[in-house]
Amino acid sequence: MALTKDDLLKAYRLMRTIREFEERVHVEFAAGEIEGFVHLYAGEEACAVGVMLHLTKADRIASTHRGHGHCIAKGVDVPAMMAEIYGRATGSCRGKGGSMHIADLDAGMMGANGIVGGGPPLICGAALAAKVQGTRDVGVAFIGDGASNQGTTFESMNLATVWNLPAIFVAENNGYAEATAADYAIGAGSLADRAEGFGMPAATVDGHDFFAVHEAAGEAIRRARSGDGPSFIECQVNRYYGHYEGDAQTYRPPGEAEAARANHDCLDKFAGRVTASAGIEREELDDIDRAVAALIDGAVSSAKADPAPAAAEYLTDVYVDY
Amino acid sequence: MARTITMLQAINEALDQEMARDSSVIVMGEDVVGGSGAEGEMDAWGGPLGVTKGLYAKYGDRLLDTPITESAFIGAAVGAAASGLRPVAELMFSDFVGVCFDQIYNQAAKFRYMFGGRAETPVVVRTMYGAGLRAAAQHSQSPYSIFTHVPGLKCVMPVTPYDAKGLLIQAIRDNDPVIFFEHKGLYETEGEVPEQSYSIPFGEANVVREGNDVSIISLGLMVHRSLEAAETLAGEGIQCEVVDLRTTSPLDEDTVLESAENTGRVVVVDEAPPRCSIATDISALVAQHAFDALEAPITLVTAPHTPVPFAGVLEDQYMPDAARIAAAVRRVAGYAQ
Amino acid sequence: MSASDLRALVMPKWGLTMTEAVVVKWLVDEGADVELGAELVDVETEKILSAVESPASGALRWRAAEGSTIPVGGLLGVIADADVPDDAIVGFAATFEAEFTPETEAVAGEGPLPQYVEVNGRSLRYLKLGEGGEPVVLVHGFGGDLNNWLFNHEALSAQRAVYALDLPGHGESSTNVGDGTLATLAQAVADFMDALELPAAHLVGHSLGGAIAAELAGTAPDRVRSLSLIASVGLGRELLAGFLDGFVTARRRRQIKPVLEALFADPALVTRRLVNDVLQYKRLDGVEDALGAIARNLVADGQQTVSIRECLATYPGPTLVIWGAADQIVPASHAGGLPERTHVEVIEAVGHMPMMEASARVNQVLAAQFEGRLTA
Ligand SMILES: Cc1ncc(C[n+]2csc(CCOP(=O)(O)OP(=O)(O)O)c2C)c(N)n1
Ligand SMILES: [Mg+2]
Repeated sequence: MALTKDDLLKAYRLMRTIREFEERVHVEFAAGEIEGFVHLYAGEEACAVGVMLHLTKADRIASTHRGHGHCIAKGVDVPAMMAEIYGRATGSCRGKGGSMHIADLDAGMMGANGIVGGGPPLICGAALAAKVQGTRDVGVAFIGDGASNQGTTFESMNLATVWNLPAIFVAENNGYAEATAADYAIGAGSLADRAEGFGMPAATVDGHDFFAVHEAAGEAIRRARSGDGPSFIECQVNRYYGHYEGDAQTYRPPGEAEAARANHDCLDKFAGRVTASAGIEREELDDIDRAVAALIDGAVSSAKADPAPAAAEYLTDVYVDY
Repeated sequence: MARTITMLQAINEALDQEMARDSSVIVMGEDVVGGSGAEGEMDAWGGPLGVTKGLYAKYGDRLLDTPITESAFIGAAVGAAASGLRPVAELMFSDFVGVCFDQIYNQAAKFRYMFGGRAETPVVVRTMYGAGLRAAAQHSQSPYSIFTHVPGLKCVMPVTPYDAKGLLIQAIRDNDPVIFFEHKGLYETEGEVPEQSYSIPFGEANVVREGNDVSIISLGLMVHRSLEAAETLAGEGIQCEVVDLRTTSPLDEDTVLESAENTGRVVVVDEAPPRCSIATDISALVAQHAFDALEAPITLVTAPHTPVPFAGVLEDQYMPDAARIAAAVRRVAGYAQ
Repeated sequence: MSASDLRALVMPKWGLTMTEAVVVKWLVDEGADVELGAELVDVETEKILSAVESPASGALRWRAAEGSTIPVGGLLGVIADADVPDDAIVGFAATFEAEFTPETEAVAGEGPLPQYVEVNGRSLRYLKLGEGGEPVVLVHGFGGDLNNWLFNHEALSAQRAVYALDLPGHGESSTNVGDGTLATLAQAVADFMDALELPAAHLVGHSLGGAIAAELAGTAPDRVRSLSLIASVGLGRELLAGFLDGFVTARRRRQIKPVLEALFADPALVTRRLVNDVLQYKRLDGVEDALGAIARNLVADGQQTVSIRECLATYPGPTLVIWGAADQIVPASHAGGLPERTHVEVIEAVGHMPMMEASARVNQVLAAQFEGRLTA
């Protein structure tokens, strides 16, 4: 699928929005403004955006504990996300879920997930629904390198092949599951080899490179939409912050994240390429940067000012009322 | 000699002393070493909260980082236990039991009985539970009643550093599968703990405060909140007896009933939702066996029948606190037939 | 007592951690005449229930309410002559209350702390109170520790240094008891005295500790200035059936409680805290084995197998034997047939723990013994 200038500007805007969002949450968390567990996606933006640019609202994704990027790329309302992280009544989940559980089913976003490996089975279900209903919609399960080892992931990949589901498994391999290296925990060495063992085509791409992710995702999603079954994509990437906010990261060699930022940053790469060869001016990107900064500023100040949920809310939403 | 340490340190010390004493004790779990395969500091995490920190330097390969594969590694711990080791497996959050329940529920719990008494499964599953950390619905639950329901599992929830050490050592030496619940809100609790090894037998509830007016039966973090309430109530002339169950399987029925018979008024405090819970179980016990002694309806103070909410204002209401406990006790104390 | 003398009866401090206690029951009516040393009131700390004695002779003119909690040093009662006007009593109590400041927690934790000494590869815990004079060593019984002397240690230390130790396998001393024989334990006490540079001391032993002290008096009489045995083993064959075994094997409150209750004439003295303390000790690795080894050397087929009568016969120094008439563990009849020179003191309505159950009397007799004021 050829990328128009609008597509490229949209891709940049989404990646920049994710980055700005995460950098800001990092600061606000450190200031003690945010409670609970927060896992930041900074550094991995090209993976979410490279995939999501192919998706419609009706396509469904399942995310992980590191879900902010997937949400933004899938079109979840940014101020509502921020409000959710602050536990506000105006949040995506009305303050009941928090960072690890942001969801918006209307936007096709089936939830960040506190359970590693919780998403892949759900995506088999979303894909099955699309198949049964004949919609040509697809389901995309995002997983980490850590989640790639979970039984639910293996079972889902097999099921997707057995039922020939329009499902795509996107593994964001950022080298670590918490403090444990992917090299230690992934017995087979290559995630792509494993996927092939489950009977689906697999690609391994540079997850800092929007264009590489976009291309691989395009092929996988085309296959899914045309009834050719599931695919797997491994995106090799870096996370810029700790596993969660507060992680001292002493398991990483010093300077690892900084080096990745300096040499492999997805936004730098993207900006370099589109200003060099796609007829996009630096100023156009700067305009986006300013607009995004304003959006995030607004999101944070409204989140801070927004009301907490009404006390009685803690008892609602357990069962459907008839 | 006893000194004051935290519950986190007490758990670490129990693991350390048992690993030193018995080479068949191994520890496994996600990031219990923390840093496997990574280029930075080995033992960087020593467990998600540092509970196993320092053990790798002493025991090396007897600590195993696992991939995120609970079904396989909890099951491996069960299998290793049935094959001569004494594994202590860490299920990081008890909420994660969803992905490995079969190995606990159908395997570990069943072996001894199903194999005609010819198998022992000395496995310990250490796991965090409890709300209060704004960790939301999938990292805050108190699912001990689910495990307590299963014949063949022992369930332990220490309340003090002293109990944590002695109960964990007992769990490791015990020849049955033990689920060892650690409340996230209690790791920093301090208390006196002997340096020596010691073990506390299961099924021995702890009467942490004596009183003749109302019995508060409780467990886990809620014992602290019950004590807080009891202190307030003492100022109002209501003397509460606070019973810490310590283990829900085996359950020390005698101590619960003795207290209920003594006071005739019982409040059960439980952080978990109320249906099919420890709270309802205790009240059924009292109703069946101490009915004649009761002078007021048994009263439960529990979480509501909802998942755990994220926002502070919601979560604070979700968890029973000292004020709610005290209010319940006042009602029960003032009840006249 | 002159008419103007008013004496405050204050809450005593028993042991290092006591900060307050509850007035459980007055044993004497208001206005009644009381003797110096008479037991006036039962108070209960979290550790123990015990009686507080009168600091003077006179009339008990004012009493704190039963059920009230009084801090250490706080006013329990007023002793004065019967003709002191009521106003003066009320005024005295009011002034006392006004001027009294309770110890803070921090202060309560201060004071002498137990220490540890390395002896022959074992660490032994001991507490020293008092200074100078001829030193005293207190040796607890089977399963006990230095806290058994809670009501005696301070009282006895007014005139002299008094050491209470934890025997090997007990309290916070090392669990290594070797072969667990009396000889080994007596040697440990001798080594302890060496380490603390005590060439000789007045030895006070309770139960097993009595036999240990007697063993030392028999083998090294020059090290023992005087010998005081309280409900000692080694003087007869009987010992409450199942007591040692029950003590050694009990792991739970329900199992240990009846065992402990047999120690006292009044089972109510066995508080939950006492039970917990014993259980905490017994849960330590090695304790059950240590106690088992000692027990095996003390009894066989339910009968005592050690005798200290020969030691007593040869020991030339002053010997005191104290017994509770209601002792269910080792019968008071064992106090019979002792060498002529022995001073024997049998106390009515007291069980196997006279130093706790009748501390005032025991303290008086022991002080007399140390001062050479006792006769047979
Ligand atoms: C079933 C389950 N096990 C363990 C965890 C704890 N946990 C949360 S994130 C994480 C690491 C996930 O690593 P990875 O899949 O590589 O994702 P990343 O954090 O690197 O994005 C772990 C172990 C969990 N949330 N759920
Ligand atoms: Mg990862």
